[in-house]
Amino acid sequence: MSRRGGLLVQLGCIAVTLFMGVPLYLIALAALSSRESLNRFPLPLLPTSLSGETMSTFLRSTGIVGGLINSVTVGLGTVALSLAVGLPAGYALARYAFRGRDPYQLALLLTRALPIVVLSVPLARIFLDTGLYDTSYGVTLLHTALALPTTILITSAIFLGVSREQEEAAMIFGASPLRAFVRVVLPQALPGIAASAMFTFVLSWNEVLGASILTLNRRTLPAQVLATLADSPLAFRFAGGLALVLPALVFIAVVRRYLLNMWGTTLR
Amino acid sequence: MLAAGPRGQPVPGGLMPPGARRRGRPPAALLLIAPSIVFMAALFLWPLVAGVTQAFTGPGGPTTAYVRRMADDPYFWDATRNTALLIVVLIPLQFALALAMALLLRQRPRFAGLHFYIWVVPLAISDLAAGLVWLSVFTDRGYLNSVLDHLGAGPYAWLSFENPSTMFLAVVVAELWRATSMVFVIVVAGLQNVPRDYDEAAAVFGATYRQRVRHVLLPQLRPSLQVALILRTILALEAFAVAQALTGRNFPLLVGETYQWYYQLQNPNVATAIALVVLALSIVAAVGYLRLMRGQPGMHG
Repeated sequence: MSRRGGLLVQLGCIAVTLFMGVPLYLIALAALSSRESLNRFPLPLLPTSLSGETMSTFLRSTGIVGGLINSVTVGLGTVALSLAVGLPAGYALARYAFRGRDPYQLALLLTRALPIVVLSVPLARIFLDTGLYDTSYGVTLLHTALALPTTILITSAIFLGVSREQEEAAMIFGASPLRAFVRVVLPQALPGIAASAMFTFVLSWNEVLGASILTLNRRTLPAQVLATLADSPLAFRFAGGLALVLPALVFIAVVRRYLLNMWGTTLR
Repeated sequence: MLAAGPRGQPVPGGLMPPGARRRGRPPAALLLIAPSIVFMAALFLWPLVAGVTQAFTGPGGPTTAYVRRMADDPYFWDATRNTALLIVVLIPLQFALALAMALLLRQRPRFAGLHFYIWVVPLAISDLAAGLVWLSVFTDRGYLNSVLDHLGAGPYAWLSFENPSTMFLAVVVAELWRATSMVFVIVVAGLQNVPRDYDEAAAVFGATYRQRVRHVLLPQLRPSLQVALILRTILALEAFAVAQALTGRNFPLLVGETYQWYYQLQNPNVATAIALVVLALSIVAAVGYLRLMRGQPGMHG
């Protein structure tokens, strides 16, 4: 590549990084500024008056800590349930040829095209009748339904990557299929499964619409922020923005290595 | 590899200790997928059927009253127009940017790891959070106007309903910021499967960079781009919290209207009717893309 071309590539990369990164800096700056400095105009662009005041006011607002707890509960519940239901199915897809395999896989792909909104409103009715409305169980069920197809496809891709010969060898030496799975397959598949679990958690953490429709008092954090959006001051909204963004930074930092495999191979 | 089945079923009896059960029990695969089938039937099929019923059945039997009520609401048509407009403007921009980003990264720039991290962070950011992030930029006394002020230009009401074009612009920018990384990751994963030799061979024979992108890389990327296109369009149809955070109800989108009807207007039936419109549009978009792509020469599927 020519020297000029190389320079252009560097500049292009920097431009994109600025577009992606500057808003993150700004929301952090806004959420970590004092209330008084947020009322100033023009706003300072450098962190000159940092303070935890805005964030702590946000955290002390009604429903925020409760929402945080609900979000984590729902997220962990979704991870557990989608793995409990999804892992066996992913294993079956990776290891067995069975009748109906192709239609099953097609159905999995199709469900991902189903808008959440189509499920949420009727589910609210169903949950009202069954006593699941306004509980974290109800939201967990919805989020699991959303995450399940992806979990199955990702875990089946992971199991395909674990050699079958080792599993068979374990069974030749007398291990039961379950034991062979737990002792031989699982340890090798674990990093991938962990990445998939985090993906599920983030999906649940980020989901707003369904959680808003299925709950009234036991809202998740995003649902709580959305519900109070219209009548809350700007400082509250900025703090809410940062609170919702932070887990994303951590999540991406951790799963970066698996990202291309997860989205790349399972989506095709 | 004593007893591997057609796709290598692990030990169907053959490797088990002699005398182990091999009578007519249901195949293991079926037992393993059964819970997921039950689960998806309960949480996809049931609500879907219930939804259609809800939208078309009133207290006195079948009715189109809810659908008519939906169609009589001017917000519904605004929302339909805005949603369509958003998709038409956003998706091409998003694909152009994602392709450019992937090609930049393929040149192995310095600090590629850092760039990649920043570029994919929005992947895990919700549309509500993205709306709030960009609210800090576009709001009247926000960062954009502060910068303008430093530069000596007057403030501008970007998100005011009197300025529908900049309001739309703000939503497009926020969505571009949030959702381009998904296309980017799919494209990068697709590019990894394109052998570098192809590219290099074309270069040896004197192809310019532009020609190589157009005739070598893009054709190879087609399957990835197709998937990304269908997924992104369906997801863009579902966008609403970005607009909600930035503009309230001044820039209505279809899914946002469902939320309004359900929450503010307490009418789940009309809400479901709008939801079904979103579903119908998703199906039309997906089928439309698939047909369009099948029509192209050199395509499979």
